[in-house]
Amino acid sequence: MTIINYDQRLVKSKNPYPKGPNDWKRFFSFNTDAKVIGIQYIVTALFFLLLGGLLGMLVRGELITPPSDLFDPTVYNGLYTMHGTVMLFLFLFPMLSGLTNLLVPPMIGAPDMAFPKLNALAFWLVPVFSIILLLSFFVPGGPASSGWWSYPPISIQNPLGKMINGEMLWITAISLSGISSIMGAVNFVTTIIRMRAPGMGFFKMPIFIWTVLAAQLLQLLGLPALTGGAIMLFFDLSFGTSFFRIEGGGDPVLFQHFFWFYSHPAVYVMVLPVFGIFSELFPVYARKPLFGYKFVAVASFGITILSLVVWVHHMFYTGTPMWMRNLFMFTTMLIAVPTGVKVFAWIATLWGGNLRLSTPMLFCLGGLFNFIFGGITGVMLATVPVDIHVGNTYFVVAHFHYIIFNTIAFGIFAGIYHWFPKFTGRMFYEGLGKVHFALTFVGATLNWLPLHWAGLLGMPRRVASYDPEFAIWNVIASIGAFILGVASIPFILNMVSSWVRGKAAPPNPWKAIGLEWLLPSPPPHENFEDDIPTVLNEPYCYGLDKPFVQDEQFYIDKSFKKH
Amino acid sequence: MNTKINKFNNKKYLTIFIVISAIGINCLISLLMGYWSYSWLPIQASEAANYVDNLFAFETTIGTFIFLGCTGTMAWILIFNRAPKYDESNGQPLEGNVKLEVIWTIIPLILVLAIATYATKVNYKLENLGSKTKYNFGQEAPFVKEKKSFDFGPIDVISRQWNWEFIYPNGIHSSELHLPINKRTNFRLITDDVIHSFYIPAFRLKQDIIPGSVITYSLTPTRQGVFRLRDAMFSGAYFSQNQTNVIVESEEVFNNWINETVKKELQNGLNPAGRLYDKRLKNGNRGWATVKPAPAPKVQDVGLEDRPHDG
Repeated sequence: MTIINYDQRLVKSKNPYPKGPNDWKRFFSFNTDAKVIGIQYIVTALFFLLLGGLLGMLVRGELITPPSDLFDPTVYNGLYTMHGTVMLFLFLFPMLSGLTNLLVPPMIGAPDMAFPKLNALAFWLVPVFSIILLLSFFVPGGPASSGWWSYPPISIQNPLGKMINGEMLWITAISLSGISSIMGAVNFVTTIIRMRAPGMGFFKMPIFIWTVLAAQLLQLLGLPALTGGAIMLFFDLSFGTSFFRIEGGGDPVLFQHFFWFYSHPAVYVMVLPVFGIFSELFPVYARKPLFGYKFVAVASFGITILSLVVWVHHMFYTGTPMWMRNLFMFTTMLIAVPTGVKVFAWIATLWGGNLRLSTPMLFCLGGLFNFIFGGITGVMLATVPVDIHVGNTYFVVAHFHYIIFNTIAFGIFAGIYHWFPKFTGRMFYEGLGKVHFALTFVGATLNWLPLHWAGLLGMPRRVASYDPEFAIWNVIASIGAFILGVASIPFILNMVSSWVRGKAAPPNPWKAIGLEWLLPSPPPHENFEDDIPTVLNEPYCYGLDKPFVQDEQFYIDKSFKKH
Repeated sequence: MNTKINKFNNKKYLTIFIVISAIGINCLISLLMGYWSYSWLPIQASEAANYVDNLFAFETTIGTFIFLGCTGTMAWILIFNRAPKYDESNGQPLEGNVKLEVIWTIIPLILVLAIATYATKVNYKLENLGSKTKYNFGQEAPFVKEKKSFDFGPIDVISRQWNWEFIYPNGIHSSELHLPINKRTNFRLITDDVIHSFYIPAFRLKQDIIPGSVITYSLTPTRQGVFRLRDAMFSGAYFSQNQTNVIVESEEVFNNWINETVKKELQNGLNPAGRLYDKRLKNGNRGWATVKPAPAPKVQDVGLEDRPHDG
């Protein structure tokens, strides 16, 4: 058995907020406790989910009829650009940073993150760049309106010629978001590599930790390209340089390479932790060991490596030469293999299990169902001749929403429900959770399934108006979007009322295996404090009679004591 | 003892029967979906369309099989492997199976490699994209010799914020794209401002037009009729108005059109974005910032905005 050398200096850190852990004011302070930061991230992200959802509903409101009649098309363009930006940079990334912050230290038996102050700084950048981004609604000319890709030359046209404009604020916000994510990534990677409990070798880590490591390494490798590209774009826009400006001999396609070199892996940065959540939750609610733990773990890194060499599939019709298109088609197709390994492993985990269909499990099953669908349309999009037809149409919009909402957001909801009792110390209401799931699943399916057909028939994405033959698909989609809006009501109701007056949660309400479930709910400030458990096995040995940690009973007893 | 063995055998046969019939039904539905998938796409109006649709149908068939295989298994589990209320016991403690892992790594690998190889062949067969040549923006786009031969062209396709202009080899300017049927026609794709995309759904073809480069492109229309040409790369405020018609005609009708149109005077061509922008100015220029639309192109054939299309 390998024992990891544990850096004792890291166990002791001062509680930075003297009034103790039960003061709500700590959530509004520069607190360096990863659990506080995690909740700060998650609540901020959920607020922006509402804002992004509202923007999305405005977009769907415009698209419910063929002509551009609700807004001026310039306003529509700003709304859909901000919808995408808010959802990605203000909802998804902060949300996943939040879950990572909450879960990584308890799951590996660490007291906190490796660099608590850097951690707090990374979080406090979120409100800063969020405000910068939202201020762009109020500058003359309106917010950025060239899509979240912000391709030049359209993004640097700057019609009013003002120094402060929506696009400039957008680039500033995105660059700050990138810096915040790099800070987070350094922290997560260091924590996972250096601060695991004794006995927790790489192949005894929970899959969530594997996927976080894979995702955060991707951030470190990819983000410099995007941030560099964004800074060049800023210079082109504001200072008249010509990295991408044709008038000065620049090349607009170069930006697309910078952008997609990061932004394709970015999808994996978001989806990998969700794969981790699936891998954690299926064994718990099926009462079975994770099928092929080592394969699932290694597959995460297969995805990481491959995702760095597929970005040109976003550029199949930009004049990319044939040999390059074919090459990137092959690499893109290969991603289906490690992803397939995961999907089949989850289904095999469910097989012969003893399923409990609680709210988190329902979100996991729904997410897996949608992901299989989205994965298949993904392979279609990787096929060059098919992509040349459906690329940049609503087929792509439907596909990526199937991944980004119907899989990633489903996984996030599953995670929130699953770990809610652990970190708030309260149980949520199962009934409201199920209503939330039902409305979300119906709304999401109605919203994005029909749009595949609109795309196949040739409806381009990002249009403010469209030919009448696409109307039927858009009407159904808009209805779905409004149902999704309604779905947020039981969710908010559940979260707020459960946290305020929910039933007190036991340390391990789901009878799950995992270091976090050996802690009291909510865990004390430094998690295991002076008694770091020694891990003996990976945390999926349901029904296997393999002990998880040494002296398990000691930790179970301890977890019931009030702290 | 005997009855026990019998029961076991019966169960085994039942399982085999269920698995085989499930696979059979799945195959049938998948083939049907592949067959139906043709109807989800627009009319086939170019040489490429048939190849793309076949490839799409192939992927739909395989995709349906995998999707139903996975979700069918999930449904089975949901029906038969539910825990009774208050039962918190564990399921079968299976940790994994290396043989299965190898199988479900290799089979998808072979499948995706097969699809990619098939698609590569289609790419080489069609070879729509010619060359991409940079030139000094603002000057005349240079002529580049095309490697693969073509029957007609090159037609200059000029895209702007937000209108289209087509210039024929004999100097005709048109707002709509008239093409002779069954002739491999060559284009020079040029933009005056930002990136646009030359997308004709009925042809299943799309090519971005990059400022500062001239891109040559060839395609063969195979069906007479009116088809929609849409800008598919977001190009600003009136992006969704940046559409026109492609009219595929028999050689005779096409030659007639060429001969008639060349005699006509130049006048303002289709420019729906300009009309909307004027309306916006009249209503007090409300809304967020936009560049001014390019003026309407001077053309001999003005065309018609609302032709019935893709029928």
